[in-house]
Amino acid sequence: MKIKILVIASMCISTSAFAGGYRVALQGEQATGMGHAGVAMTESAEVVFFNPASMSLLTEQTHISAGITIIDSKTKYQNTAANVAAETDNPYGTPLYLYYVRKYDERISLGLGVYTPYGNTVEWKKDWPGSHLVNNISLKTIFVQPTISFKANNKLSVGFGPIYVNGSVEFNRNLTTGLTENGNRSNVTVEAKGITDWGMNFGVLFKPAEALAVGINYRSLVNLNANDEKANFENIPDTFKSTYPADTTFDAKLVLPAELTIGISYNLNSSTILAVDINRTYWSEYKSLDLTFANGAESNNLRNYNDVNVYRVGIQHKLSNALTIRGGAYFDSTPISDGYHTPETPRNDSTGLTAGASYKITKQMEVDVSFLYLMFKEFKASYDYIDDNNPATLDTSFKGEYISSVKAIGFGLNYKY
Amino acid sequence: MMLKKNQIFKVTGLIISCAVISACDTSFDKPVGDVSYSNGTADFSKFVSIGDSLTAGYADNALYLSGQENSYPAILAQQFAKVGGGSFAQPLVSDNLGGLLIGGNENSEFGNRYVLNAETKSPEPITGTPTTEVTDVLPGPFNNMGVPGAKSFHLLSTDYGDQAGLGAGTANPYFVRFASATNTTMIADAAAQLPSFFVIWVGNNDVLSYATSGGIGTDQRGNINPATYSSSDITDPTAFAGIYTQLVSAFTTANADVKGVLINIPDISTLPYFKTVPYNAVPLDQTNADDLNAAYTAYNKGVTALLAGQPDEVAKRTITFAAGQNAVVISDEDLTDLSGSGLPSMRQATANDLLVLTSSSKIGTPKIENDQTSIWGLGVPLEDADVLIPSEIELINTARLAFNNTIKTTADANDNLLFVDIEAIMAELSTTAGIDYGTGSITAIYATGGGFSLDGVHPTARAYSVIANRIITTINTGFSANIPAVDPGNYTTIFVK
Repeated sequence: MKIKILVIASMCISTSAFAGGYRVALQGEQATGMGHAGVAMTESAEVVFFNPASMSLLTEQTHISAGITIIDSKTKYQNTAANVAAETDNPYGTPLYLYYVRKYDERISLGLGVYTPYGNTVEWKKDWPGSHLVNNISLKTIFVQPTISFKANNKLSVGFGPIYVNGSVEFNRNLTTGLTENGNRSNVTVEAKGITDWGMNFGVLFKPAEALAVGINYRSLVNLNANDEKANFENIPDTFKSTYPADTTFDAKLVLPAELTIGISYNLNSSTILAVDINRTYWSEYKSLDLTFANGAESNNLRNYNDVNVYRVGIQHKLSNALTIRGGAYFDSTPISDGYHTPETPRNDSTGLTAGASYKITKQMEVDVSFLYLMFKEFKASYDYIDDNNPATLDTSFKGEYISSVKAIGFGLNYKY
Repeated sequence: MMLKKNQIFKVTGLIISCAVISACDTSFDKPVGDVSYSNGTADFSKFVSIGDSLTAGYADNALYLSGQENSYPAILAQQFAKVGGGSFAQPLVSDNLGGLLIGGNENSEFGNRYVLNAETKSPEPITGTPTTEVTDVLPGPFNNMGVPGAKSFHLLSTDYGDQAGLGAGTANPYFVRFASATNTTMIADAAAQLPSFFVIWVGNNDVLSYATSGGIGTDQRGNINPATYSSSDITDPTAFAGIYTQLVSAFTTANADVKGVLINIPDISTLPYFKTVPYNAVPLDQTNADDLNAAYTAYNKGVTALLAGQPDEVAKRTITFAAGQNAVVISDEDLTDLSGSGLPSMRQATANDLLVLTSSSKIGTPKIENDQTSIWGLGVPLEDADVLIPSEIELINTARLAFNNTIKTTADANDNLLFVDIEAIMAELSTTAGIDYGTGSITAIYATGGGFSLDGVHPTARAYSVIANRIITTINTGFSANIPAVDPGNYTTIFVK
């Protein structure tokens, strides 16, 4: 069986990941198998992310979980009136995690989590029809979270961890649909590396009955402030060079929104657990992407995201002492309103189907595999708020039809002793 | 409710198979380009277009290489090639500067194309020595018979391609470059190719040269002999109708099965050349306004006294300034001539007057160097050439509507001819929203709208592609064809220095 799963896994580089925005919900292979529900699950060190309160409920002295997911995402664009089509050529996304939990005493556990909950890599063909909005973007973040959990009694635990966040972003777009120098499109690249901030992760777990757990988790807003980071305007006509200088700097703020999760897990029988989560992501914090360049020039790009809920359901079933299988689904709605749809985050509402399995190799060691497939419908969208601070602009709205696909496969390893 | 083991297996199997098989691959229900194109009832094997600068691909005050490559006939031919269209030759100039050499000499009338200086926010000719020598005659034939500056009657003129007439102005250097013989005509060279499909877009210059010169020419209504016209005159509509019939019949005689498209003449008030300079945008402070009012006191008093029985004209001619934005003072030859009393025919402009684009560099500057009382538009009235007054606009529109009636009637009378209403297209372009071409939009706002090149009269390559798409739509409907459109977003707009 182990061999069979690995063979299937290696055959299909495919599973699923994210919808609107740039939250990539793949922070544990076991949870991913269950529709990424897990705020009330108490099975592995993945709880460091999903609910620090549950650290105290882990059975062994030490639990370690690590994993990596490979995401294959693609978006296609077309506009029938202009008779054009384009598609992304994204590299594989690779969110990863490492969680460590150690019991300090019967009540207190200590832990550390390293994970990558936000990211976005979209690469359109250079100078494609929407190149005045984005040619390519790459956002990477890493969260490091030392954590403590405290078991108040047999029914109630709490957990808390400060989060150190380190992020990088690289973004390139053309300035307008028309401006060129010697036939080459004028464009700007902004690049910020190693920008940091602090956040926190807080969780509560309540077990009113042996078979039932209720979990609440809150992860705070993180603002990555880029100051004096690199910006470079390229292919700018001479008389615009003072407005758009090469090798300049910019300031900007990138929002990584807060997230609240409430969920339950229920043991249907001795070998089957059902989990249901509701995630609320506070995207409304992301109102505008505002860049200020060294010469005072501003670029204001309205986003006006909305808070959204994600509904997750998952089930896990122990087939034998060694093998556990999982299935799940979730409905993820886009935080983007009509008229604000930019091709840098080209996805709409989606339904995710997930599956997974774990296999115990030894008493201490277990391997996980998970699959995710996100289903998107094609949709018409536009971005109607093209930066009007731009003196060279002659653009108003960019629209067309989009359709996306996201598949992901993840591999995890759990060790306990 | 409990899931059975085999149900769990089924769900898992579904997800894994989704991941592996192509059934879950992403594609649109109706992907673009996934259709078969067809020529319908038209035959595009030999396509010839004839007309003026708009047909040639002229933009930014010059005919330059990339403009020609993106002329609307060239775009059409490129799309026709997908449905049996043949090759399409154009009389290409030698460079992307666009200026002409005549006998090795540069000529101020045919200078280089404009580029925008973003610092001064003004257009200026691109620097460089042009290399297109007019007297190097290109061997034809050419499918694109667009000749910048051509009026309807020029298409029938046997002098128009004769180098010897360049000095006298009876010849056009753009036609001299590729006329098949010194005594040929544009229409003869076009019809000799026995086109299977043609587009005629002429008549623009029959009103436009009068308009861009600020109405300094004459309306030749009633005079059917174009040989007697000056370059800035308005062509007589009867003469135009006769010429137009001859142009169409030249094609239908050469090939009885020929099909074609006839395009009408846009309203000049939709062009940035006439709608960019506001009539009332001269800022003044109170002191300046007071000084000017004092200077015009004598004129205002004189007008009031001499035109006592005509209160309407007195009101029109009374000149007053105030702090803030003020209307400019213009010459108006329609006013009662009081020059005998030392009072010039002048008044302040209104929204009904159209100031030409070139007046913007004149308004606010002194006529006499360092003489602040001789500021154009304030102390000194703008000249006839700087502005179209309502009577001039009416002459233009009367003639233009007559031309358009001829064009529409001709198209309607022949099932093989389709009509494209560029007047409506340009009117749409001049609205606030402009024209939405699918992936973006263009407007008629000068320099930033993307619809008009820096001369304020000619479209950008992007707008030419929009025009080509509209013509394609008309052909698809009228001749049951299915010819794909182009993406205007792929075409350039203005160029910045």
